[in-house]
Amino acid sequence: MAHTVVRTKPTPVSGPPKKVGRLPRAAVHHPWWFALPAIVVFAGFFLVPNLLNFYYPFTNWSSYHADIAFTGLDNFKTIADDGSLLRAIRTTLLYALLAALFQNCFGLGLALLLEADSRFNRFFRAVFFLPVLISALATGYVFQALLDQDGAVNSVLGTDIPWLGSTTWTLVVVTLIHGWKWMGLSMLIYLAGLKGIPGDMLEAARMDGAGPWRTFWSVRWPMLAPAVTFNVTTALIGSMNTFDIVQATTGGGPAAATEVFNIYMFRIFGQGLYAQASAMSLVLFLVVVAVAIPLVVGLRRREQLL
Amino acid sequence: MNPSVAWRYGRPALVLLLAGLAVGVPLWLVAVTSAKPQAEAIKPNLDLPQHWQPGGNYADAVSQGEMLRGFFNSLLVVVPSVALVLLLGAGAAWVFARRKSKLVSSAYALCISGLLLPPAVITIVMELRQLGLANTRPGMIAVYTGMYLSTSIFFMTGFIRAIPLELEEAARMDGATPSRIFWRIVLPLLRPVIATATIMVMLYAWSDIFYAFFVLGGGEQATLPLNLYQVASAQLYLNNWHLVFAYVVVMSLPMVAVFLVGQRKIVSGITSGAVK
Repeated sequence: MAHTVVRTKPTPVSGPPKKVGRLPRAAVHHPWWFALPAIVVFAGFFLVPNLLNFYYPFTNWSSYHADIAFTGLDNFKTIADDGSLLRAIRTTLLYALLAALFQNCFGLGLALLLEADSRFNRFFRAVFFLPVLISALATGYVFQALLDQDGAVNSVLGTDIPWLGSTTWTLVVVTLIHGWKWMGLSMLIYLAGLKGIPGDMLEAARMDGAGPWRTFWSVRWPMLAPAVTFNVTTALIGSMNTFDIVQATTGGGPAAATEVFNIYMFRIFGQGLYAQASAMSLVLFLVVVAVAIPLVVGLRRREQLL
Repeated sequence: MNPSVAWRYGRPALVLLLAGLAVGVPLWLVAVTSAKPQAEAIKPNLDLPQHWQPGGNYADAVSQGEMLRGFFNSLLVVVPSVALVLLLGAGAAWVFARRKSKLVSSAYALCISGLLLPPAVITIVMELRQLGLANTRPGMIAVYTGMYLSTSIFFMTGFIRAIPLELEEAARMDGATPSRIFWRIVLPLLRPVIATATIMVMLYAWSDIFYAFFVLGGGEQATLPLNLYQVASAQLYLNNWHLVFAYVVVMSLPMVAVFLVGQRKIVSGITSGAVK
């Protein structure tokens, strides 16, 4: 038994004994100061603002006061009472959900369609990646021109539909645009996932008599789990931070039906109500954390189960 | 006709149809509208211009939309940001990938928290004002660098972990200092991931308008997206779709060019980093 073995001489386990006054090997070979500039910039311009964001929402910081005083929960009361808080949370979550759904469906569909490595497919992969390269703001204007009531789509179809003027459906239209803009990126990642599936596994499924449909659901879809994790996480988190597409197509309207967090913050900040904007920014932070942590944990667990 | 034959001929047809409808139509609209005179472009449609004047529109976008100034302003912000994100990110990733201690892993976890957490844009303005960096390019560069460092650190750390340590050890035997190892061995090996990180950060910073609004505002330092926003906001009164789309074309071309040049590397980098 291992425990009964008695060592006559305790041997040092971790390498040669440390010499007095010398740094450990890791510190010599990979010194901290290589990481320091990055840590300083990241802490200074990302972490510190996020920490400040836990203080300023509780003040009356605005363009109307010279000094900043602590006012407790006033700002939160204001945004809760005028209904903008709940509306922003609901709109943003719905936006993120739909945008992630569309982006992933389009991306996966394209990946399956363009899976084989032919010259034809490589060309069209690049074509479907083009929207990723066009700025989101420009994308928004393009679709405004297309979907305007006087726009190109209505003139081609001979209809008179207010695509961007419905308080119910415009959010869906805008998220479809979001999905269109980013589908190329999801497509690439799904393509990589598909390529990573071992050929003999598909061969085995075929030998067992599985058709394309069965093969997809029983073999390929489970094997795509890491790609799904990455795509769903980045799409959901990224679209909660959306601004450009919404601003360019609807500006948050009609009747604030598409007013996500960032649109609200931009509008309220423009009115000089900085603390109120900061309060909304803090809520966004908390919502993102509340969505991201269970999402990442859950999807990772799913990967292990599949 | 059996299903596999239908798939064989139906698939390319479907691809063509989708590409035409989903990508072709919007791009066609941009292209034709940017070549139309104002009167034809008031109601944007897919018709060919009756009167072609692309040159005039692009010249107007340059003169009225301050396009050249915006272009250089964008370059002056985006290029330093990308360089800093890559350089600082690589240094940090090297340490995070090679050293193992509780302190290092918690510093790593903190540094990649920006992958998920949203930047606190309102208090960034507050902080920049106190530092005297509000409405300045250095302020904007610092904000972009802080925002995108997490991405580059994350991808580069994963990449360096896969590089065998023996390469560094061999150089160390020959008496190379850590700085020399970093510049001569680690950075060159990082080339594929640097290509990807460059395009992603460039893409985000080049198209960004939200953070630029808060940090730079309009005025002298306005970047291309800020200018496009101003041109397009005047759209309501001026009906200048032809200028808006001339702008969209000019703004998008650099990114398309970068993508075409580095296509293979970018694609392999994006995909290898994501699915691990």
